Amino acid sequence: MAERLEAKHKGGVLVSRKIDYAPDEDPEEMCYQRGWTDGLPVTPPTDARVLRMLKGTPRKADEVIGKIPPYLAPCTIEKIAINAVMAGCKPEYMPVLLAVMEAALEPVFTLHGVLATTYFSGPVIIVNGPVVKTIGMNCGINALGQGNRANMTIGRALNLIVRNVGGGRPGEADRATLGAPSKIGLCFAEDESDAEWEPLSVARGFKHGVSTVTLFQGHGVEAFVDQKSRTPEGLSKSFATHLMRMGHLRLTQSARAIVVLSPEHYRIYKEASWGRREIERALYEATIRPGREILAGLDGIGEGVPASRADEMIPKFHDDGIVVVRAGGPAGLFSGVLPGWLAGRNKTELQLVTKEIKS
Amino acid sequence: MNWMRDPTAETLSIMRARLKPLLSLTGKTVGLFDIGKTRTDEFFNQVELRLRERGIATKRVGKPTNAKVATPENLAKISSEVDVVIIGLSD
Repeated sequence: MAERLEAKHKGGVLVSRKIDYAPDEDPEEMCYQRGWTDGLPVTPPTDARVLRMLKGTPRKADEVIGKIPPYLAPCTIEKIAINAVMAGCKPEYMPVLLAVMEAALEPVFTLHGVLATTYFSGPVIIVNGPVVKTIGMNCGINALGQGNRANMTIGRALNLIVRNVGGGRPGEADRATLGAPSKIGLCFAEDESDAEWEPLSVARGFKHGVSTVTLFQGHGVEAFVDQKSRTPEGLSKSFATHLMRMGHLRLTQSARAIVVLSPEHYRIYKEASWGRREIERALYEATIRPGREILAGLDGIGEGVPASRADEMIPKFHDDGIVVVRAGGPAGLFSGVLPGWLAGRNKTELQLVTKEIKS
Repeated sequence: MNWMRDPTAETLSIMRARLKPLLSLTGKTVGLFDIGKTRTDEFFNQVELRLRERGIATKRVGKPTNAKVATPENLAKISSEVDVVIIGLSD
């Protein structure tokens, strides 16, 4: 009742167009008919719900945070709140979502390209810091899967904003050949329970205790299984056999990947006193190959590098291209790989972007 | 009556008149627009050869990476330099 009254009296602060519906009309179906959903049902953005969402941030509803590709439409906090309602977010997710938007709109994230590409990629979001516990995100069992509201809805909200505010729709500006289920939204938190582990946020220049979002242009998840390696060197080489196949065994332009390191695989590194830096370096070095092994035409396979590169040692990734994030349940010598968008042939063209979560 | 709020940018489509297609390329300069994908040069070398055989001037234009859109300044510059463009869209 209180919220209905508030909507009645404060609804006037909202400036977005009102879409009327009769008592016997189904507003969820109307959202489908108007092309506002990603194919799943959305929560109809009534005034009461949008006003409640706006309480998640002290920022003004009419503040413009930037222009959303592909059609570069100005986006207000109000529009973000409306789409957050539709995605199923809670008001306390708003600071996270606003940081996500700021990261996504950094030119080096190339949000337009991530949307428009024929490749599988979409925005992948990794959350670090105290906010993970505050909003109850999952970094444990099934961290990349279903079942947690924050994990499932924050990434979805970003993609709905691109769709609804930016106008980015499959078959139009979104030219993905196949796409991926992760384009609905892929958001998870890093497991920071081990004090010896350097969180992604710290590796990217933020202090311990600062909450951040990191955005990556990727998709996934690919399964990596090794139940027998017991040394960090052996496990790294084992990871490399999988990472080298990203896209195609002989492709060398596969800019970046995120390795989602499970607790059981992490234990092997930890027992040998390997941390983030040692693991990422070992994975990079283990994915450098002699050109002659990946030449175009070998075994009748057309893909590969030209014969002129036969004597080179060719890296699969950029030297900062493999990023490790810890997550997952306690049992299972499995890890995940989130492959990056292949467009990043030059490492400065597109990069991960990290932003502090403020308000 | 109930209502919900519009999640879109509420922008309107504006119809812009298209330039008429050129009736001939004689005396015109064709821009070969490289969007930044691999092997575009190989493709355009062949296109350029064919055009020059017919006495048609060409100019290489483009953007540095397919990961990012062309800037309005770049597009304005290209439109001032050539009469028509061919865009190389894929690898």
